[in-house]
Amino acid sequence: MGFHVTNMQLNTLFQTWQTNYQIYAPRNFSGGGRFSDTDCIRYGTIDHVEEIVFDKKSDYSFKEVLNPISQTLFFFTEGETREADGPQKGAVIFLRSCDLHALRRLDDMYLNNGPADYYYQRLRKNLKVVLMGCDHSFDNCFCVSMGTNESTNYDMSIDLQPDGTYLVDCRDPEWNSQLETASSEQLEVIPAHVTENHTQVHIPENLTADVARSGMWKEYDSRCINCGRCNFVCPTCTCFTMQDLYYSENGKVGERRRVWASCMVDGFTDVAGGGSYRKKNGERMRFKVLHKVLDYKQRNGYHMCVGCGRCDDICPEYISFSNCINKLQNAMTEVSGS
Amino acid sequence: MDINTKALKKNAFRVTKERGLTASRIRVPGGHLDAKYLSQIQRIAENYGNGTVHITSRQGFEIPGIPFEKMPEVNAALQDLIDGLEINQAEQGAGYPASGTRNITACVGNRVCPFACYDTTAFAQRIEKAVFPNDLHFKIALTGCPNDCAKVRMHDFGIMGMTQPQLDPDRCVSCGACVKACKKKSVEALKPVNFRPQRDERRCIGCGECVLACPNAAWTRSDKKYYRLTLLGRTGKKNPRLGEDFIKWVDEDSIIKIILNTYDYVKEYIDPNAPGGKEHIGYIVDRTGFEEFKRWALRDVKLPEIAEVMTPMYWKGVKY
Repeated sequence: MGFHVTNMQLNTLFQTWQTNYQIYAPRNFSGGGRFSDTDCIRYGTIDHVEEIVFDKKSDYSFKEVLNPISQTLFFFTEGETREADGPQKGAVIFLRSCDLHALRRLDDMYLNNGPADYYYQRLRKNLKVVLMGCDHSFDNCFCVSMGTNESTNYDMSIDLQPDGTYLVDCRDPEWNSQLETASSEQLEVIPAHVTENHTQVHIPENLTADVARSGMWKEYDSRCINCGRCNFVCPTCTCFTMQDLYYSENGKVGERRRVWASCMVDGFTDVAGGGSYRKKNGERMRFKVLHKVLDYKQRNGYHMCVGCGRCDDICPEYISFSNCINKLQNAMTEVSGS
Repeated sequence: MDINTKALKKNAFRVTKERGLTASRIRVPGGHLDAKYLSQIQRIAENYGNGTVHITSRQGFEIPGIPFEKMPEVNAALQDLIDGLEINQAEQGAGYPASGTRNITACVGNRVCPFACYDTTAFAQRIEKAVFPNDLHFKIALTGCPNDCAKVRMHDFGIMGMTQPQLDPDRCVSCGACVKACKKKSVEALKPVNFRPQRDERRCIGCGECVLACPNAAWTRSDKKYYRLTLLGRTGKKNPRLGEDFIKWVDEDSIIKIILNTYDYVKEYIDPNAPGGKEHIGYIVDRTGFEEFKRWALRDVKLPEIAEVMTPMYWKGVKY
């Protein structure tokens, strides 16, 4: 059901949500950018709709809500362990269509890929999704190429209007009745979505792992600085590692936590005995790119990359993932001739 | 020809080696200006000078080859620049009211440079507003970070940007980028403890390399801006030397107050027979002792709690 609502009406609705949910949305962290006097837009809890950043893409994705950067799993001391407290409330997440498509990927990796991940599942069960409409494409977005520019599987949609009011399309029955009592105007609402991006990618139909033999990866040996930013901002990267840490020198008290890992950062492929599989940055780039647009699809039937373009936005060396995808066709020709 | 050289020097002209010709010295606080002023400088050089312009070592412009009698016309032509760069002026159309306190220089700062911890030009302009016009020979320079591209340690007052890095441990992915950057590019103030960086507050120089290196915004900059204030570096014939650290983690307001206090101190203690009324502050401090200087400089200054004042201070340098 569609409504035309004011910020006051939404904020009243938010208050009722907050009994059972934390509300997460892209927020401005003033002064939170790398460079002085720059901001960072990333996910955080909000109380009011005015805190949500609508006019820019978030630097980091929503995934850090569902898949915390660092999460203590349990505490231990000698013979005992105690599970760390889980989230006390569910989550309402405001996200864009590309990210909503990314949520499907997270679900398939954490829930439908062998045994369900307990820690992911417990918050996922209590998740509500609010789709933020996109009335225009941002820099480096290529959602249309990836088929992620439209979404319908939301609990509510929200579009900020030029006059500061909002159009929402609500599918949650309880929220619907709340809005019905509160809001005067009902109308049909279709969340805004883009139908073309400046950036377009073409993933070759004939792409195979043979492309690993192409010379195209070499340039990244020197261009890439293996910082991992592309992984950390990516809404579909889900790798983590484990850390056991001890609070005292007797080594008997401590915690186990899981922490995000990046296939671009040193140490990711280290194995017992001192080996390391992908030492060169070009090899790491190859692994990442082919995971996003080749082998994930072979396993799941659809591409992992959602085309949000955050990896391009953040790369300090101006390496473009989308441009790399567009080199794959020539690279396939190169390796098939050899 | 009857020219009062003392008056023309105060008016930011100079006596040159060519008899009858002067040069006009244009100050550009913070070294950054709207490009439109370049065409005005060009016009003055072509109409009154010899058609050339020198970019000075203090980020100003010097227009040589101007006949002394053209000085009033040049002053009138400078008015737009003086207004546009917001230079304090005693009388409209009369040019610069003083030249003793030199142009306040700055590196490009955070308008452009990723390393800079603040807007160096804006702070330079704020200091200029507070200290100019003044006949006393003060040299002040600002640089965005401890790389010190502006060479502020060669100045009486050197201002280096600092940020106090803040760690959000829950955003740390243990990638080690900050520890590596601090070790290779800075002072090795970070070490990993239980997979996360631990900052040695005494070693940290506030350069922000950890923030720049962090891929996940675990390290961020402090809301407040801090500075390292270095003192009494100088060039010159007798005893050129680098400025030494005076206060670490000092704030903007305190710096301005300290500089203004130093003008009072110099007025009290300058050698009355100093040639041209010009004596490097450092020589005055050598004479009165540092503690007396410090007493004057810190009068009514309320330093932030984290500020560290170095005392006593010793300078080295080459002595002839």
